[in-house]
Amino acid sequence: MAIADIRQRPGVVLGGAILLHVILISAQVNTASGLPVLSVVTFGSFSEVQRGTMAIIDGVRGMWSGYVALQQVQQENTALRQELQTMQVRLQQERGEAQRTDNLRQLLELRDRANLDTVAAEVIAGAASIDFRTVTIDKGSSDQLATDMAVISPAGVVGRVILPTPRASKVQLLIDRNAAAGALIERTRVQGVVVGIGDGMMRMQYVPGTADVKTGDLVVTSGIDGIYPKGFVIGTIDHADRGVGAYHEIVIRPAVDFSRLEEVLVVRTPPASRTAAAEEPVK
Amino acid sequence: MRGAAALAAILIAIAVQTTLAGYIFRGSSTAIDLVLIVVVYIGIKSGPATGTLAGTVAGLIQDALSGGILGIYGLGKTMVGFLSGLLGTQFIVTAPLPRFLLLVVATILHAAIFIGLNRLLNLQQVSADYASVLGQAFGNAFVGVVAFQMIEWFPGFVDRRRAGRFLKR
Repeated sequence: MAIADIRQRPGVVLGGAILLHVILISAQVNTASGLPVLSVVTFGSFSEVQRGTMAIIDGVRGMWSGYVALQQVQQENTALRQELQTMQVRLQQERGEAQRTDNLRQLLELRDRANLDTVAAEVIAGAASIDFRTVTIDKGSSDQLATDMAVISPAGVVGRVILPTPRASKVQLLIDRNAAAGALIERTRVQGVVVGIGDGMMRMQYVPGTADVKTGDLVVTSGIDGIYPKGFVIGTIDHADRGVGAYHEIVIRPAVDFSRLEEVLVVRTPPASRTAAAEEPVK
Repeated sequence: MRGAAALAAILIAIAVQTTLAGYIFRGSSTAIDLVLIVVVYIGIKSGPATGTLAGTVAGLIQDALSGGILGIYGLGKTMVGFLSGLLGTQFIVTAPLPRFLLLVVATILHAAIFIGLNRLLNLQQVSADYASVLGQAFGNAFVGVVAFQMIEWFPGFVDRRRAGRFLKR
């Protein structure tokens, strides 16, 4: 009966016979290293089984640590995210402090260089209306600030004080439509008047058409307006056209980035021209 | 009963192979493997399982007698027995030509296993002499086909003679 069953399964018989022969041959043959083939094959086969078992164990362990045990990782992740956010806020604060320190250092350098009586002020507010380009600073009449005092920054001229109060002042920026300053082109010493046009740029007027004007020329204060000290940077010539009249049409790009004003210096020393005018006897 | 007959055939083949074959095929460059022919026949007639077992037994006995590694011939003959049985159940191999082809294939398979195992295990320097293998294959095929025809013709011949004697009386 059993023999009849085996005959119905030739594959099993063949497999058994092959296995028998392999074992038989292996038991008699040594490998090149002198070890019995049976030992080598058995060990090799079993080592593959061990390797497979370890792979399964590693897989289960990896699945456990990678998926099942993620709850702890999630909590850790949440904590780390919070810590990261805290660190980012702190980093921004530190970066702000560094920037503020740098600005103050530049202001100090400007104060020393200008040799003027100045007071540092912080911009605390912008304009209430888009039609007027003004800012509010945290210094006022209690700090001896008065109308028409020049406001400058390390980058250049900012504007002038137009409304001082005891603890704050309103400053008209040079790009305001109603602002104006005596100016000259540094390279050629040609003089004119710089006025704001309200869109962030300025125009230099009354520059004779015959004057040598080039794009990129630096424009500085001339000091003749009695407000701004002489020699402070206003901006650079963005483009200049020979107008229909007797004057150039010059557009100036301001040196100061008015959108990033933070600290400024208010010049309490009046320009020499105003002092001279005040001392001049009235005829 | 059938198993006993198969075993007897194997033993006879081995006995002839080890004793008479040297006289029968003297001068021939090809060595006829009578045991392989018997295993193929058993496989054709009895199926893959019996063919496999017959091949295993025949091969192991051959191995034992040859003094080499036990199992080399055994594995080769096992595969030959299985192949013969499988082809015998899947195809009609009663005509001489299919049997001839089967014996050629079986001999080549046996030689391939023998040479392959020897090389794999570094047992002995066996050169793959394809011409010799082919010669042995055709020799086995020729002898095998003739033997198969005789074996199958002989019972009928005896019956016919008996019947003839009976009719003469």
